[in-house]
Amino acid sequence: MQRIRLRYAKRGPLRFTSHRDFARAFERALRRAAVPIAYSQGFTPHPKISYASAAPTGVGSEAEYLEIGLQAEVDPAELRAALDAALSPGLDILDAVVAREGSLADQINASRWLLELPGVEPRTAAEAVAAFLAAEEVLVERMTKQGRRSFDARSAVTFFAVTKQSGAPSEAAAAPCAIIDLVVRQVTPAVRPDDVLSGLRVVAGLEPPVPARVTRLAQGTLTPQGEIVDPLEADREGATIGGL
Amino acid sequence: MSVSSVFPQLEQLLPRVSKPIQYVGGELGAVVKDWDATTVRWALMYPDAYEVGLPNQGVQILYEVLNEQPDVLAERTYAVWPDLEALMKEAGVPQFTVDAHRPVHAFDVLGLSFATELGYTNMLSALDLAGIPLESQHRTVEHPIVLAGGHASFNPEPIADFIDAAVLGDGEEAVLEITGIIREWKAEGCPGGRDELLLRLARTESIYVPRFYDVDYLPDGRIQRVVPNRPDVPFRVHKRTTMDLDAWPYPKKPLVPLAETVHERYAVEIFRGCTRGCRFCQAGMITRPVRERSITTVGQMVKEGLEFSGFSEVGLLSLSSADHSEIGDMCSGLAEQYADTNVSLSLPSTRVDAFNIDLAQELSRNGRRTGLTFAPEGGSERIRKVINKMVTEEDLIRTVVTAYSNGWRSVKLYFMCGLPTETDDDVLQIGRMAHEVIRAGRIATGTKDIKCTVSIGAFVPKPHTPFQWAAMERPEVIDNRLRMLKQEINSDRSLGRAIGYRYHDGEPSLIEGLLSRGDRRVGAVIRRAWDKGQRFDGWSEHFSYARWVEAAAETLPAFGVDLDWFTTREREQLEVLPWDHLDSGLDKDWLWQDWQDSKTEFEQDDCRWTPCFDCGVCPSMDTEIQIGPTGKKLLPLTPTNGLRSPAHTH
Repeated sequence: MQRIRLRYAKRGPLRFTSHRDFARAFERALRRAAVPIAYSQGFTPHPKISYASAAPTGVGSEAEYLEIGLQAEVDPAELRAALDAALSPGLDILDAVVAREGSLADQINASRWLLELPGVEPRTAAEAVAAFLAAEEVLVERMTKQGRRSFDARSAVTFFAVTKQSGAPSEAAAAPCAIIDLVVRQVTPAVRPDDVLSGLRVVAGLEPPVPARVTRLAQGTLTPQGEIVDPLEADREGATIGGL
Repeated sequence: MSVSSVFPQLEQLLPRVSKPIQYVGGELGAVVKDWDATTVRWALMYPDAYEVGLPNQGVQILYEVLNEQPDVLAERTYAVWPDLEALMKEAGVPQFTVDAHRPVHAFDVLGLSFATELGYTNMLSALDLAGIPLESQHRTVEHPIVLAGGHASFNPEPIADFIDAAVLGDGEEAVLEITGIIREWKAEGCPGGRDELLLRLARTESIYVPRFYDVDYLPDGRIQRVVPNRPDVPFRVHKRTTMDLDAWPYPKKPLVPLAETVHERYAVEIFRGCTRGCRFCQAGMITRPVRERSITTVGQMVKEGLEFSGFSEVGLLSLSSADHSEIGDMCSGLAEQYADTNVSLSLPSTRVDAFNIDLAQELSRNGRRTGLTFAPEGGSERIRKVINKMVTEEDLIRTVVTAYSNGWRSVKLYFMCGLPTETDDDVLQIGRMAHEVIRAGRIATGTKDIKCTVSIGAFVPKPHTPFQWAAMERPEVIDNRLRMLKQEINSDRSLGRAIGYRYHDGEPSLIEGLLSRGDRRVGAVIRRAWDKGQRFDGWSEHFSYARWVEAAAETLPAFGVDLDWFTTREREQLEVLPWDHLDSGLDKDWLWQDWQDSKTEFEQDDCRWTPCFDCGVCPSMDTEIQIGPTGKKLLPLTPTNGLRSPAHTH
């Protein structure tokens, strides 16, 4: 069985696609593109698809990953193009490589996020970020399936800074907009960008007037230098196949 | 003047509402056109939540038919849930289409498809959010024409104040004719304003414009007459019938949503119309005559629909699918073609006979077995004669037992409560029948591992049916019968354990009855209920019986009538009914005769296999039954090799 790993994006309005919504759309795309997907054995066979941790509903992403098992070998570049054409624009397949060994999950331990805060002055945001970084621990609360729970949002954050591009957001030219670069390690319980934003409220009382716009820019292995390595790198044998 | 998207404003609200994906569009099959490159623009609305409205066949067909015209643009809009409605009002975001997020008020037509009357309050919310005056008389040439279609538009009188026009019957050709009239009127510079456009529509004799008709009432509250208030509109408005379904093979590019919806399948209508003659069934009465789609067209549509959509389920829809003259060949042919795939094929709830089990067997050849549902509708032999559902108890039990013997472990049975002439015993008979089904099933299969589900809802008399004169049963009586039935089912603990029981209370049905057979005076009730916050009447968590009763009590006495007058009152032969000026083709004398036959338990055959019984439709509408067999077979599938690159319609 050939295994192929894909990187995909959730863009624009389609960032409101939930993980379940994406999974249904992806299975239909496999049928539309006539991909020879492998099925699990058993009474109700399921297509062989496994997902790496998915971005929350409403959060855009340039770096979502999944792996599929195939009954017949296909060319990854052709597969990428066919699946991309079979999905709605905004759900875009960016890259495809043949999996070598290990699992996708082994290659992912951190994410880089872009946070856009329209209506927030970059300086105000920078002060809040500094306060967050100076704290030993930042306790935040979130509703989980087990009920409301409190956890530390600080220790998972490895990089947090207001970028130089901060200024006007795309839609409302006159208003200020803070833009933040954030790197968070994968921990349990998961610390998500909205938890870090809650942390800014806790440490500095930062309350954005409109919901922040969040995008996952990268997912992968965090190096000691603070870079995030694309999890498909390990599978790639030198040549870049398809994608960006 | 171009119209811009409201998405930037809407986007700010979406993180704060549940299931935001339903408001963003982006479906496969969705079409976004350049506003300025088109001349006639339609906003099509299914007035319920997206998850219910998106799969609606009627809207999908009209959307595709309209968008195939180069100078026509059609987009879709659905009811927004109260959480988003509140935020939109606060932020000043208007009702929008999901395709390009354009404001609904900017379109030429807002076409609403009313499958039931339970969408009326949602229409008011949409008009309100859109900034369109709720009442037709307050609209100007700046506002869209608000046009009602769908089965409920065969009596649009309760919403006569809120709509500008209604179309009765099939929409495929009607929307193109209306488009033509609007195109011409706009090209002439909109002479005579809104009234002139409505007049041109009314002159087609198949579009009803309520404002051109006056209703006079008798002192006792009954209608005296409904007459045109100007010389140039017809006395009666006639329904539309699209003949030759093979010429209209839609949907070709079904909409495939990202959000989860109630049906995730490619649905193909295998025929339209039904002459089984079930007396409660409005759909069967108003969609006559039967027009079959040929087996070859169905096969082609299924192939292309699946390739386009990626759906893994196909529904062969109609009012009684097993009655297609080539259903056997169709089912075996499709089963053959999709034998080695994960595609599942299904027929909707079917009439009760063993032939249906054969069909279901065929369709489940690849191991994908879908549920079996039968609709005997009435519990006793007597009541089934009253409603003209010709099936004996013996047939029913034999059919269900055959299903069990063929490997089905569970079967659903549909019934109605509150039918004309019904007694407690007719309903209790359902319980005895269910016991008998389980008892016989256990003997036939030698196992206790079989189940059936009894699903029962309250009967609502509908316009243009033989029961249009009937009195509704009071909700207390319905609810009491439903309770007694539950006790009857559980009176034998061993059998009762194998029987699931689902029911709908009588109260919502009484309100549906008010809206179904109401006249223009009921408009005040709808408006008042909506003012009080009533929305989403089809959803039990949003429906408030108390609110509707209050709204009726506050508005109807001024007219000398009340809720009971519209619902639990039996009408007499000579009473002018609110929809008498709307022509479904059915002869009122024939309907009355069928109503009398029902009371004497006289059964009426199907005109497909016995001589014409003069219901009136074919001669008055100049139509005829279109059925096979054609003798043709499904075209074989051509095997494809390699990956496919589906074309985008964006």
